[in-house]
Amino acid sequence: MKPFTYERAATPEQAVSSYAARPGARYLAGGTNLVDLMKLGVERPEHLIDVSGLPLDRVEHTVDGGLRVGAAVRNSDLAAHPAVRRDHPVLSQALLAGASGQLRNAATTGGNLLQRTRCPYFQDTSVPCNKREPGSGCSALHGSHRDMAVLGHSDDCVATHPSDMAVALAALDAEVELLGPEGRRTVPAADFHRLPGDDPHQDTVLRPGELIVSVTVPPPPAGARSAYRKARERASYAFALASVAVVLARAQDGTVRHVALAFGGLAHRPWRARTAEELLTGAPLTTEACSRAVEAELAAARPLSGNAFKVSLARSLAVHMLTALAEGGADGTSPQRA
Amino acid sequence: MENASSARPNPADPPGATAAPAAGRPTSQAPTNSATSLESPLTLLVNGTAHTVTADHRASLLDVLRERLGLTGTKKGCDHGQCGACTVLVEGRRLNSCLLLAVTQDGARITTVEGLAGQDGLAGQDGARASHPLQEAFRNRDAFQCGYCTPGQLCSAVGMLAEAEAGFPSYVTPPGAEPTGPAGLSRAEIRERMSGNLCRCGAYVHIVEAVEDVAGAVGADGTGTSTGTSTDAGRPADAGEVAR
Ligand SMILES: Cc1cc2nc3c(=O)[nH]c(=O)nc-3n(C[C@H](O)[C@H](O)[C@H](O)COP(=O)(O)OP(=O)(O)OC[C@H]3O[C@@H](n4cnc5c(N)ncnc54)[C@H](O)[C@@H]3O)c2cc1C
Ligand code: SF4
Ligand code: FES
Ligand code: FES
Repeated sequence: MKPFTYERAATPEQAVSSYAARPGARYLAGGTNLVDLMKLGVERPEHLIDVSGLPLDRVEHTVDGGLRVGAAVRNSDLAAHPAVRRDHPVLSQALLAGASGQLRNAATTGGNLLQRTRCPYFQDTSVPCNKREPGSGCSALHGSHRDMAVLGHSDDCVATHPSDMAVALAALDAEVELLGPEGRRTVPAADFHRLPGDDPHQDTVLRPGELIVSVTVPPPPAGARSAYRKARERASYAFALASVAVVLARAQDGTVRHVALAFGGLAHRPWRARTAEELLTGAPLTTEACSRAVEAELAAARPLSGNAFKVSLARSLAVHMLTALAEGGADGTSPQRA
Repeated sequence: MENASSARPNPADPPGATAAPAAGRPTSQAPTNSATSLESPLTLLVNGTAHTVTADHRASLLDVLRERLGLTGTKKGCDHGQCGACTVLVEGRRLNSCLLLAVTQDGARITTVEGLAGQDGLAGQDGARASHPLQEAFRNRDAFQCGYCTPGQLCSAVGMLAEAEAGFPSYVTPPGAEPTGPAGLSRAEIRERMSGNLCRCGAYVHIVEAVEDVAGAVGADGTGTSTGTSTDAGRPADAGEVAR
């Protein structure tokens, strides 16, 4: 590991101006991804700006009934927060599906969104990787594809984004609040992560030096139920092969008034299933309708050799969760306040 | 905005209670700027004793504990957050010490396996100090083979029981259900909550039984504090002092 200087920022503004003044600087939050990548030689910062102690460690209710989650709120605390459990079970479950108890105690909202891919070639500095070394090539393209993308990938990068939380935030129409050298701006969580295209170096739309300040989650649609399900190779403490976040609200007559569906583990970013959502909205929620809608969404999938299983896995997860939530069954979540 | 509530159900506070510092961060920490130095002096309060060292910024808390303070009870398995062998309690919360830079923990109160048994001494050092109930239960249940993962399992279990006490749910907690305290933890809950600790020897079945014994006892005495006994580890009141 390369030696580095260290500072503990007192305010978000100070963190941002320090970053701008120091080439080679990185923000440090829980460190569970950054320190790991520094040990691997993937990240080689010259200066760390510790943002874990910034006064961004609270969950606040917004005037419209939503929540504002500070960037330094720990994953375990957010998952346990009573308002999150009551209004957004999908977010609590997604957080609890990630990592381990110890890691969730350290991991923060901001760091979770910005964690890097678990592509093994990205983590191995002895092999080419366009994300790590732009222009060097993609070792995964002709390597092991099992954990790679089936949607939205390019010849330059086939990696997936590993966050569970980000998938729930995309389905919840959350917004990411940023502070940068040029001021504040807000980006929808569903548009925060990018597809790789010919520039896989960029995971997100974050500009250099921008700090995540908070994430806002709008109030749940009336009568909404939500849930997160994750398929993985062991029952716990493993990244998703495929996962799905669903938010569903139905009208009196049983037709779909609001539906949001997002997949994890399938693409370079959480995959918001807009095609499926359009087909489902306004229609009666039958198993056939769910299958048809999910099928239409996944028609865009281009599995690589060795990961076609992800498409059928995602299909069954989504259809199962949609129907379970529709029935308000055991697999869904507690009925919401109307 | 209105009705601000804490992001942090501290093991000492009921969920949703107000005001707490960022998790794992000592209240005493001031903003610092060692912008030109590659190392920093720092004080760690480990098992009740203050240690001041100057540490290279690259040093993990795990390496400082083992190599600088001679506390080799905490083990290094993977060094990448994947095994849990390095689990310690920081301000009462369980964390992987291999992924914590020591410099970030200046002023922190840390409990390692050596501190579980007694407040101001090493376990069994003078023969008089009682073991932590979890240590007792691990012995009774034969919850290890080689023992390498055991310090991490013990610290993790202490932290896990404090989390259950504070109402933390897990992935297997039914979504609408009120979180139970330690006594209500099913084996499925214990397995899920302890999944961050791997055991190459496969002692899982007995580990779950040992944790179950202690979780049940916590509920039985009604106080909920017996997981902490005389140590400053994971005892709900401990984190509370820090939070206020
Ligand atoms: C063994 C293991 C298993 C895991 N399993 C899962 C899993 O199943 N699901 C899952 O979702 N995750 C999993 N994780 C990943 C874990 O969730 C992330 O490491 C964690 O969320 C990162 O948060 P952090 O606060 O520790 O970030 P850090 O490591 O501190 O930072 C990560 C990145 O974010 C940047 N950053 C941090 N905060 C800010 C901010 N406020 N503004 C701008 N930039 C910022 C940093 O500069 C860095 O680039 C696992 C990790 C490990 C080690
Ligand atoms: S898939 Fe992306 S991250 Fe993995 S080797 Fe290729 S370019 Fe790098
Ligand atoms: S040594 Fe820290 S988790 Fe394995
Ligand atoms: S007892 Fe040997 S690793 Fe757990």
